[in-house]
Amino acid sequence: MKHIQRTSGQPVWALVVLGTVGAALFVLPFVGLLTRAPWSSLPELLSDRVATDALRISVVTSFGATVAAAILGLPLAWLLARVEFPGRSIVRGLVLLPLVLPPVVGGTALLFALGRRGLVGEPLADATGIVLPFSITGAIVATTFVSMPFLVIAVEGALRSLDGRHEGAAASLGGSPWYVLRRITLPMIRPSLVAGLVLTWARALGEFGATITFAGNLQGRTQTLPLAVFVSLEGNREAAIAMSLVMVAVALAVIVGLRSRWWREL
Amino acid sequence: MRTGWWVAAVSAVTFATGCAAGSEPGRELVLVSAASSLTDAFAALEQPFEIAHPTLDVVFNFGGSTSLVAQVEQGVPADVLAVASETSLDPLLTSDGLTGAPTIFARNELVIAVPAGNPAAVTDLSAFARPELLTGLCAPSVPCGHLAARVLAEADVFPVIDSAEPNVRALLQRIASGELDAGLVYATDARTEPERVLALPVNSSLTTSAAIVALTAGASSSGAEAFVSFVLSPPAQIILAEFGFLSP
Repeated sequence: MKHIQRTSGQPVWALVVLGTVGAALFVLPFVGLLTRAPWSSLPELLSDRVATDALRISVVTSFGATVAAAILGLPLAWLLARVEFPGRSIVRGLVLLPLVLPPVVGGTALLFALGRRGLVGEPLADATGIVLPFSITGAIVATTFVSMPFLVIAVEGALRSLDGRHEGAAASLGGSPWYVLRRITLPMIRPSLVAGLVLTWARALGEFGATITFAGNLQGRTQTLPLAVFVSLEGNREAAIAMSLVMVAVALAVIVGLRSRWWREL
Repeated sequence: MRTGWWVAAVSAVTFATGCAAGSEPGRELVLVSAASSLTDAFAALEQPFEIAHPTLDVVFNFGGSTSLVAQVEQGVPADVLAVASETSLDPLLTSDGLTGAPTIFARNELVIAVPAGNPAAVTDLSAFARPELLTGLCAPSVPCGHLAARVLAEADVFPVIDSAEPNVRALLQRIASGELDAGLVYATDARTEPERVLALPVNSSLTTSAAIVALTAGASSSGAEAFVSFVLSPPAQIILAEFGFLSP
């Protein structure tokens, strides 16, 4: 322990103890999951219809939400960072609200807006027959709602930190605004953009409350992995643990794969 | 540091309020885990029971029968467990968690619940086979869903549904708010929303038997026995009948 600087002795050991307890809080549940895992029946459990349907739905909704978040979130982040419009701080607050709001509350609010009797949902259903709840599109909408703020924060922060010199130079040399955006701005914020997209996707994969409230819970249509784990906990605990392990493995792969970029760019 | 004081004050008040919402001092707590379908009926039993047993304070924990049984298996210290179907108790029968054998105290039947005004013009069980309608059932693992599956099978209807809700009240609320066109709920649940839900009869004699049992994990075994006996007694049975439950 030669590299620990001893100032007065006591405070360092207190930090070590508290830090260890803190680490245990994260390590113990993971160890518990590993020890209870039904390793021998894992392939059989994961090839069951419930698990394969849930995995497919989760992949579709998480990637769908990430794409939707990129399509809507990048322009939104650009608006919030670059355009002075009245009520901007209120809009920014509302965009960040899903980060603090319990997801179930978010799902309920989405029902009031986009449900079949909702503010926008009712005219939409009457005019086009499109009903979002209970469809996979609805699951994507609910997941986008809770995960897009991550992308907006990351990109808006990065845009604000640019001092505008390079963009200004490109514009004065004759570049159109679209060219500047595509060839200067986006490449310069790429690390934050990638980190934001990964966070968005990770949040989308783990989404539960808003999905079950807004999109319902039907195997093969809206039952994502988290929902399937929740339902299986009561009847088929082994299947629940097997699916949980899949999610842990995916999460670890993402974290390990992005380790240096992750911490540096956030 | 004014922000710091403000945060501390708000936290302290929130914490104190949370702590204050506990049981009455001086009375013995009886924790009853009951199926969602029993919410209103059991709430109506609380006062008569506490008048008959002034030293006891009943606190309810409502949820889907299957999740309540899972809670007991995980060690929740409930004194009494009341489920919508006696078959839900099967996982507990081999454990030593039950004080005595479960007793059936009421029966329940299903009705087709539609939003007020019946926007989809539903008339009978065949509505559940129509893909263009938004229909829902309880999840098959829950007693309400299990009974629904039996009723639909009896009527030779192959269900094409849009949601499998975790408990009957969640299903009822989706119908009441108009998100679903129809669902199969207990007759007793449909009656709790007379303004927003219309109940259509189901041509079936199939019922589910609600059962109650005292648990060994609870803190108050005398309180548990007292509550179970009360539910089986004539005054409680009259109240249950008023809510639409059938006699056991």
